[in-house]
Amino acid sequence: MDKNLFKYIWRHSRHEQLIILLLVVVAQVFYFVSLNIPKVIVNDGIEGKAFKTAAEVSFLRMTLPVPSFLSDTGSITLFDGLSLSQWPYLVAMSCLFLVMVTVNGMFKKSINTQKGRMGERMLRRLRYELYDRILLFPNAHFRKVKAAELSGMIKDEVEPLGGFIGDAYVQPAFLGGQAITALLFIVLQSMWLGMIVIAVLAVQAFVIPRLRRRVIALGRERQLTARQLAGRIAETVDGVHEIHSNATSNYERADIANRLGTIFGIRFELFQRKFTAKFLNNLLAQMTPFLIYLIGGYLVLFSDMQVGSVVGVLLAYKDLPGPVKELIDWDQQRQDVQQKYEQVAEQFEPDGMLARELQVAPEGPVSPLSGDIVLTGVTVSDDGGSKPIDGVSLVTPISRRLALVGPQGGGKEALTQVIARLVWPSTGTVRIGDADLSTLPEAVTGARISYVGQDVYLFPVSVRDNILYGLKRRPVKPAAYDEAKRRARERFSVEARRSGNPDLDPADDWIDYEAAGATGPGDIDRRIVEALRVVELEEDIYQFGLRGTVDAVAHPRVAESILMARDELHARLADPALAALVEPFDRARYNRNMSVAENLLFGTPIDRTFDPDNIAANPHMREALSRVGLETDLLQMGVAIAETMVELFADLPAGHPFFEQFSFIAAEDLPEFRTLLSRLAGRSLADLDPASRARLAALPFRYIEARHRLGLIDAAMEERLLAARRAFAENLPPEAATAIEFYDRNRYNTAATLQDNILFGRIVYGQAQGSERVGALISEVLAGLDLRGAVVEIGLDHNVGVAGKRLSAVQRQKVGLARGLVKRPDLLVLNEPTAVLDSAAQQRLLDKILEVCKGRGVVWALSRASLADRFDQVIVLQGGKVMASGAPGDMTGDKNFADLLAAG
Amino acid sequence: MSINEEVELLKTVPIFSKIEPAKLKLLAFTSDRMTFDAGQELCHQGDMGDAMYVILGGSADILIDSPTGPIKVAELQRNGFVGEMAILCDMPRTATVKAHERVTALKIPKEMFFRLVAEFPQMAVEIMRELAHRVEDMNGKLAAARAA
Repeated sequence: MDKNLFKYIWRHSRHEQLIILLLVVVAQVFYFVSLNIPKVIVNDGIEGKAFKTAAEVSFLRMTLPVPSFLSDTGSITLFDGLSLSQWPYLVAMSCLFLVMVTVNGMFKKSINTQKGRMGERMLRRLRYELYDRILLFPNAHFRKVKAAELSGMIKDEVEPLGGFIGDAYVQPAFLGGQAITALLFIVLQSMWLGMIVIAVLAVQAFVIPRLRRRVIALGRERQLTARQLAGRIAETVDGVHEIHSNATSNYERADIANRLGTIFGIRFELFQRKFTAKFLNNLLAQMTPFLIYLIGGYLVLFSDMQVGSVVGVLLAYKDLPGPVKELIDWDQQRQDVQQKYEQVAEQFEPDGMLARELQVAPEGPVSPLSGDIVLTGVTVSDDGGSKPIDGVSLVTPISRRLALVGPQGGGKEALTQVIARLVWPSTGTVRIGDADLSTLPEAVTGARISYVGQDVYLFPVSVRDNILYGLKRRPVKPAAYDEAKRRARERFSVEARRSGNPDLDPADDWIDYEAAGATGPGDIDRRIVEALRVVELEEDIYQFGLRGTVDAVAHPRVAESILMARDELHARLADPALAALVEPFDRARYNRNMSVAENLLFGTPIDRTFDPDNIAANPHMREALSRVGLETDLLQMGVAIAETMVELFADLPAGHPFFEQFSFIAAEDLPEFRTLLSRLAGRSLADLDPASRARLAALPFRYIEARHRLGLIDAAMEERLLAARRAFAENLPPEAATAIEFYDRNRYNTAATLQDNILFGRIVYGQAQGSERVGALISEVLAGLDLRGAVVEIGLDHNVGVAGKRLSAVQRQKVGLARGLVKRPDLLVLNEPTAVLDSAAQQRLLDKILEVCKGRGVVWALSRASLADRFDQVIVLQGGKVMASGAPGDMTGDKNFADLLAAG
Repeated sequence: MSINEEVELLKTVPIFSKIEPAKLKLLAFTSDRMTFDAGQELCHQGDMGDAMYVILGGSADILIDSPTGPIKVAELQRNGFVGEMAILCDMPRTATVKAHERVTALKIPKEMFFRLVAEFPQMAVEIMRELAHRVEDMNGKLAAARAA
């Protein structure tokens, strides 16, 4: 990046700058002409000076001054003009004035638009370049920078640059031109007035920048403190567990409040100084008209100056302070922005940036790695001067299975990162086959080497996309667009190129199916599932699938098969041994394992209209209940529930877990219900105020007879609730109809999970291991119908959340491993990726991964040396040095290895 | 069975006999009444436990793993309780309890159990009495085994 902002701007936008500058020059000609018109209007059109000698004056007469050898008069007449008398002349001149004003305005508009576009393009280029540089940062640099500060710089700090870039060259040219034109006009009218104006302007240009110098310094401080604030807020978010567990929230508050105080101080001083400068500026600007009136008037009265000239000067002057002030502003902005640019550019130029050639997008598939991995005198030193790897030399065939063992921090972790090129050696070389690892393009290392570390990062997309992330190195198939979209995309690409952005299309298919051993989108899931089986994640994904929802319109075949599974499950539930486990949905029967609300709805709420908090107050529900005369019964039920709750939970302390688990009433609401009940004692429910009635009437909606067992719903009550269910479903208003999907034995319910769709009922309360047994039954049914794969595919759509937080740590690691496996690398580099698993699972995964990688290379930093016997070669690393190396069988005599084995 | 009927039933269980009805109602309300089919396990030796069971109906076998397979060490009848050791001592289940015939049991969560014991020393005494019986029974069996 250029150190100098102006050089940077000129290099990337000189064509556009020149076009705009040309426009600016042309605009000045029109501007000058337009300045002369008011003078002519006053002098000739109104006062009639020109008409004193002739009855008609020619309008729009155009002459071109030429040297005298071409013409005796010294000019050539281009257009003789129209001869007009005074009144038509005045009208014509006035109209001309209007035309010129419009033309000037149009020039301004065109210049501003082009300027704006150019600025936006440059901003886009700058932002892209900065982001691009992040991708080229050496990995070690990420230990020193804060993510929030980097994003803040790209997002906010360079934004003002965009505005300025458009003005960088044009503004001084345009404003300077305008000011000089106006000044020239004034001087031509009167030397005296011209001198005065120049003098005042000189004072303005001298004093104001001095006043503003401090303002710029403050602006810089403001930027720095704001950036640090952003960094500190991000730290609070990242370290929130530490803050809570150490009770340091007030310490953090103190720090932030202190920073905000500093920022306030800076900003307030900034305001004060800004407004002082403004005040002075305005005062000086008003000084000049005062002088023009006074001195211009004097000259008209006592000298030969014409009134029109004074008006012309005044009008010209009106346009003058603006440009001059803006020029001064521009100059300050220039300093400010230049400094900002330098500061940002500096942050994006760390030492040891990767060579750009390493990240060039490959044209096609890359050839496999072969030969030996050769490390020669590799040393890695970190900032503190310690050496995680200290002079390691080794030769091993790439296809060998290599175990790295040793104490934590002894070098095995760092060595995996060196081989995966995540850490660059400070000295020494790493070669793979014929190639120096440091010169291999990322397209090669990324395709042929997989690295999975101890802490896998997942992007907030689906499990599938996270696993396929390892295959997106280049677009393999262009996105299919219709004609209109294709044209729009082309325009988009042209614009991208103008700003130096790549025209790669994220909508293309970037997945390298071939690398995964698949032929296309159709069978890639099969490869994913194979990888999932290796890392024992398939069952988890299957569970995600069961808990996921499917759009029946988009996936009609899935929906159809799920209905088959439903039929099959219910056929099996006919077995008396299993019948007690599930109470199926039946429109004609009350379901004792569902809440009253669910029974009334008899469907899945799609949005919040009918969720448990809102259903009691829903007008259509209330109308249905009153139609079957249930309102009072529900109210009485509410009273019964309230009484029981008050009785049961009365002497439990607030915040007791029972409230959350079992109570219908929150702990803080309990006293309110107690007073409500005492007010009710011996009185009729009808006397109760509507708000209290509503509170009581809402209670029964959450009541589940089988679970809460208060005996509130007998057979007669069931019948009446069923009547209410029917009444509710009748003449449902349209907005309610879209908020609910009714249970229908023969239809797939898009709003419900896959599992609920198959179950089509509720698991009965109080059956030992009820949900486990039903889960097993569903698995059996799905396996029987060969549907398990379909469910897993739906589970792959499960979104993993920000940084994979919706998965457990174990699941995250397994997704990372699957990502590493699915691209079938020549070399799989693993840095204790299974450390979070229990030891039995670690062992199983190790065996499975080694099995699936047979014939390919594996480098595995092991936490337990006892697992090393499964590898071809073991290297013991300690203190960054190789202590021993050999086949596991030959290592038994080695003391270091024996010690590690003894340690577990 | 509604909660009131359940409370009536619980009153007849010796360890709950001294507990006032309101508390029994809370117990019934916050505890699950579970049904175990014959052959199903109430708990499994070695698992961590978070609840105890009071048998309300049916019978269950108490089995302990041995090198030659599970050995039945006792049988549990109505009003018997099981699983209190794991939640008292925070240790894994010391035995497997398997329904011999269809069992209904009240599953009392750890939290509720401690609350009841704290509030009703009488219940603690009942449990101690039962535990003492078990130790005595064990001693007898041990002596018999030594003698054999």
